[in-house]
Amino acid sequence: MMSALLQQPGYEEERLQTVSKKLPCREVQAGMLLSLMGQPHQYSYPSIFIYGHQSSGKSHVLNVLLKELELPHATVSFVECVSVALLFEQVLLSFFGCDAASLLPRRPSLSDFVRIYRQQSSQSPAKQTRYIVMEKAELLRDSDANLLPALLRLQELVEDNVTVILLSEIVWDRFRPNTGCFEPLLLHFPDYSKGELQHILAQDRNPSYSDEFYSAYINILLGVFYSVCRDLRELRHLAALNFSKFCEPLAEGKVKETDTHKLWRNIEPHLKKAMQTVYLREVSSLQWEQMQQMEEKESGAVRGLSAHTHVELPYYSKFLLIAAYLASFNPARTDKRFFVKHHGKIKKTNFLKKNEKTSNHLLGPKPFPLDRLLAIFYSVVDSRVAPTASIFSQISSLVTLQLLTQVSHGDQIDAPKYKCAVSMDFICAISRTVNFEIIKYLYDFL
Amino acid sequence: MSTSSVSKGCFVFKPSAKKKKTLSLEDHFIHGCEGADESKTRFNLCQDLWDQIKTDTELLQDELNTKILDSLLDFTRKCSSTRQHSDWASHMRASEIPTAALVLGVNVPDHDMTFQSLSELLRQSVTPHVASVQAKECGALKHLIKRVLERLLGTDVTVDDDEEEETEQPSAPLHKSVHCSLSTLCDWYTMNTKKSYSLTPGKKRSSPVKDDLQQPPIVIIFKDLEAFNARVLQDFILICSRYIERLPLMFIFGIATSPSTIQHMLPHSVSSLLCIELFQSLSCTQHLATVIDKLILTTHFPFKLNGKVMQVLISIFLYHDFSVRNFIKGVQLALLEHFHSQPLSVLCCRKKEALLNVMQLGHRDLEKIRQLPSFKRYVEKQEPQQQEPLLTDDTHLKEVCRRLIKDLHKYHKHYYPTLRCLHTLTSSLPRYPLGKQIRELHLICLEKNVWENEEYQSAMKLLKMLAKDELISLLKKCAEILQHSKSKKMKSALLLLEAMLAKFKQLDTVVAEPPPPAEESITSPVKNLQKKMDLFQLQKALLEMNESRRSKKLSPFEVLRNEALQFIDSLVQSHLSPPESQTLYEVCYYSSSATVRRHLNAAPRTSIQAALNSPFYYLQNDRLKSEDGSVSNAAPDICIVYKLHLECGRLINLFDWLEAFATVVSAAEGNDPDSDSFGKVDDVKHARFIRAVSELEFLGFIKSTKQKTDHVARITWGGC
Repeated sequence: MMSALLQQPGYEEERLQTVSKKLPCREVQAGMLLSLMGQPHQYSYPSIFIYGHQSSGKSHVLNVLLKELELPHATVSFVECVSVALLFEQVLLSFFGCDAASLLPRRPSLSDFVRIYRQQSSQSPAKQTRYIVMEKAELLRDSDANLLPALLRLQELVEDNVTVILLSEIVWDRFRPNTGCFEPLLLHFPDYSKGELQHILAQDRNPSYSDEFYSAYINILLGVFYSVCRDLRELRHLAALNFSKFCEPLAEGKVKETDTHKLWRNIEPHLKKAMQTVYLREVSSLQWEQMQQMEEKESGAVRGLSAHTHVELPYYSKFLLIAAYLASFNPARTDKRFFVKHHGKIKKTNFLKKNEKTSNHLLGPKPFPLDRLLAIFYSVVDSRVAPTASIFSQISSLVTLQLLTQVSHGDQIDAPKYKCAVSMDFICAISRTVNFEIIKYLYDFL
Repeated sequence: MSTSSVSKGCFVFKPSAKKKKTLSLEDHFIHGCEGADESKTRFNLCQDLWDQIKTDTELLQDELNTKILDSLLDFTRKCSSTRQHSDWASHMRASEIPTAALVLGVNVPDHDMTFQSLSELLRQSVTPHVASVQAKECGALKHLIKRVLERLLGTDVTVDDDEEEETEQPSAPLHKSVHCSLSTLCDWYTMNTKKSYSLTPGKKRSSPVKDDLQQPPIVIIFKDLEAFNARVLQDFILICSRYIERLPLMFIFGIATSPSTIQHMLPHSVSSLLCIELFQSLSCTQHLATVIDKLILTTHFPFKLNGKVMQVLISIFLYHDFSVRNFIKGVQLALLEHFHSQPLSVLCCRKKEALLNVMQLGHRDLEKIRQLPSFKRYVEKQEPQQQEPLLTDDTHLKEVCRRLIKDLHKYHKHYYPTLRCLHTLTSSLPRYPLGKQIRELHLICLEKNVWENEEYQSAMKLLKMLAKDELISLLKKCAEILQHSKSKKMKSALLLLEAMLAKFKQLDTVVAEPPPPAEESITSPVKNLQKKMDLFQLQKALLEMNESRRSKKLSPFEVLRNEALQFIDSLVQSHLSPPESQTLYEVCYYSSSATVRRHLNAAPRTSIQAALNSPFYYLQNDRLKSEDGSVSNAAPDICIVYKLHLECGRLINLFDWLEAFATVVSAAEGNDPDSDSFGKVDDVKHARFIRAVSELEFLGFIKSTKQKTDHVARITWGGC
């Protein structure tokens, strides 16, 4: 049944067999693609758009197809193309050799590319369909407006047997330019189901253990991780990392290979822990492997990345940050109440507006001008501070440390605006170190 | 370099460094120097001292960094070696890019040194391919890749001279930015490694470790991760991960805040491509503590800072930047200023040289010594008949000076060990009465007699309550400190201390047997307490108990403890007096804290206001001198306009302002106040006024407003 799907005249039967072997659970899509591509010498559809989630086999299927069937192709990841020139160059390079690529002018435009392509293809016309595979096509939207429409009908433009295949993680609707364009053929790669994942993962078994044993392991692994992660690459990685632990009782001779329940009991807490640490990259895979070898007690010593949140700051930087936090989360009209000593009577009803209260933290930080920051800063710091240059430079270093963000454009130097970008917990920890009770100064907590 | 430009703007001209160098540092130093005669020797002394300080601090920095750098190097080696395994697990594992997250603290200026030594070490022992990038040069992905390529291909040209011709070829197309992709790097790398191993690794390849590795890794250092554009970084990592099979890449992230920034900047899809390991560097306060320990609290360097200057430097560190580099720069400034402004700084050098230099002093210098306040005090203390030769006889004075210089050096030799002893004793006391860090204690001691301090008294009281083993361990540490000192007094002090320690030991053996006789007298009232009694009786009993305790005989340990503390106290009183009490201290101590503060912690706004309020301060023109703080009418226009605007409220009427300005200026021109033209606004005055006002606007004192026609708004408060 498998090979039945992958049948297409014009290709060798053997090759199709190997292709279908290399593409487990993607036979339908591969077959569809193959039939779209037609026989090698036939013209294919000008552009095909393939979408599906991360690691649903898009690039893999295409790579295997094009490589195994030895079709002329150029694979380009658009993330690499910092300029379109790179894209053009790679395409020309893989179709016509480096001589053609060097014909490109210094800053090639799309028409340069088309011109050189036509020139070259007239010298060596395509005997088989040429394929241009573009990975990460979603980035195309950020580049020149004419690039995507042109690529979609490149076949027409260069008058050559060429097909552009776009691979993307998002749907075509998000691409369609409002000026309209040639509609590519859409092809969806659905996510692998649990059974499919099991099938694929079980294929790369460890040579020193039996098929059933490894498959049982994969079953347990999927049982833990399937709810959070369906990424094949990641699952394979996790399988490799934890397999040695799974085999441990076996090596010690405590359990037989078939005793799945005991093996499950042994590995399950371990996998749960992996989900909280190494899966989130809190702990690197190298460290994780070391931890597995260590005793239980010692392994507690390795702390994850987010455990280190403590930041040491100079004294005034702390107060600047506190002032910025207050400015971000208090309405400006309440400053008088908080920071002026004899603020007179402020009517309570006027001061506490009902819907405004408690909502500031939910709405996130608000931008504030530099003046306000400094005014609050001077009233918050317990000693007299001269407005020296280093106070100002501390503000900009807080910006580079990403504790503050500059909201206004960098060119606007006379009244810059900032936002405070730290969390409540962080600022509380900071203010504790300088004995400043920030809660008392926050409008939301009044 | 022309400034003809259509648009308005500032133009920065970088001075061509080579031309400037013809005017040597020395000439700059001597220019405007106090007492020009020995300025040359002073310059040399200063230069020598600074060189020494510099090399010492660099060494120190390297020492401090060794631990973290070593672990980083281990990490890189481990990563590049695991890559070459081909067992099942490593085959199955997604190939991640090994990444070291190096948490360095917020003192960003200091990081440069660390990264420099790191990349040098990496080059020496792991791989020749190291590139470090900074955020400010990598605004876009294109630039980042370009920089990385430049550094990698470029460094190789300089490292391996013999390969220059070959490497030229791949680097040539670099000028065409078309080739700025990692595939270029990939080609270059395969070519490079193939070549270097087909050719036998020659004699020129110095490091043996490199040859062990089949493929030396390519290390890319991101110096300031926080400042990078998250988007750029993500894309770069994505690209790199596509090449990881072919290129043994490795990243080092320099992180200033906390490692969780990585998670803020990179989504899971990207961070899952990295294998991140964390490295935490020494905190900057510890770093400063070692620098102070090795640089300030030592007799090694004759140059000293007085209390106020120290205070300024330390507060800049603690309050503003946490930067050790800036601290050392501050010390350098003080050093320079000291040798530049103090003619007697010729004596600020090693003892031997100083004694020689004393003999070379001329009459003028000796006069200067006589004018030193500390010397005057010294003279006053002498017998009347001895005062006379000191003030008149130059040769006698030289002799005395030699003695005084010797005394000063001796003072330092005693001061530092004693300071350290006192610090070891007090640094572990509850609530740290004399400070947690030795620098705090040092500051107290520099300020005034430490033993007159209340905190000192309370520290001593606390010390009197120490338990035996604690006290003994502390005293042992003190003995260790004293051992390093070579001076006679310190040695005799050490002997005394050791004798005391021996006595403590004896206590252990002797006292262990007989139970303390005082026991009974204490226990009986306690027993009484357990009986029933009324309030009055209870009070009485408690009082009695107190009495009996006070009158209780001191145990031998307590006697010994008091003795030990008295000894420490006497040590402190004889050696820890502030430097101001020493004669000729001015020679070694730099005391102008205001200068240091002005240079290091500039206050732009204050200086602008100072300039506007009293232009004499900067222009030094006698006509501008004014006594009562008012501005003379000959001052620059902007000063007059500024002064006038201070008299206004929040909104300033431009016409009134102009009139007032015209009146002041006319008076300055010496026009007759009674003539008709006096105070009249002519075109020139009008133009001058407008220029002055726009200058004020540029400085941010006023701004235009739409509230009222012909008015401008003041942005500052206060005034007359």
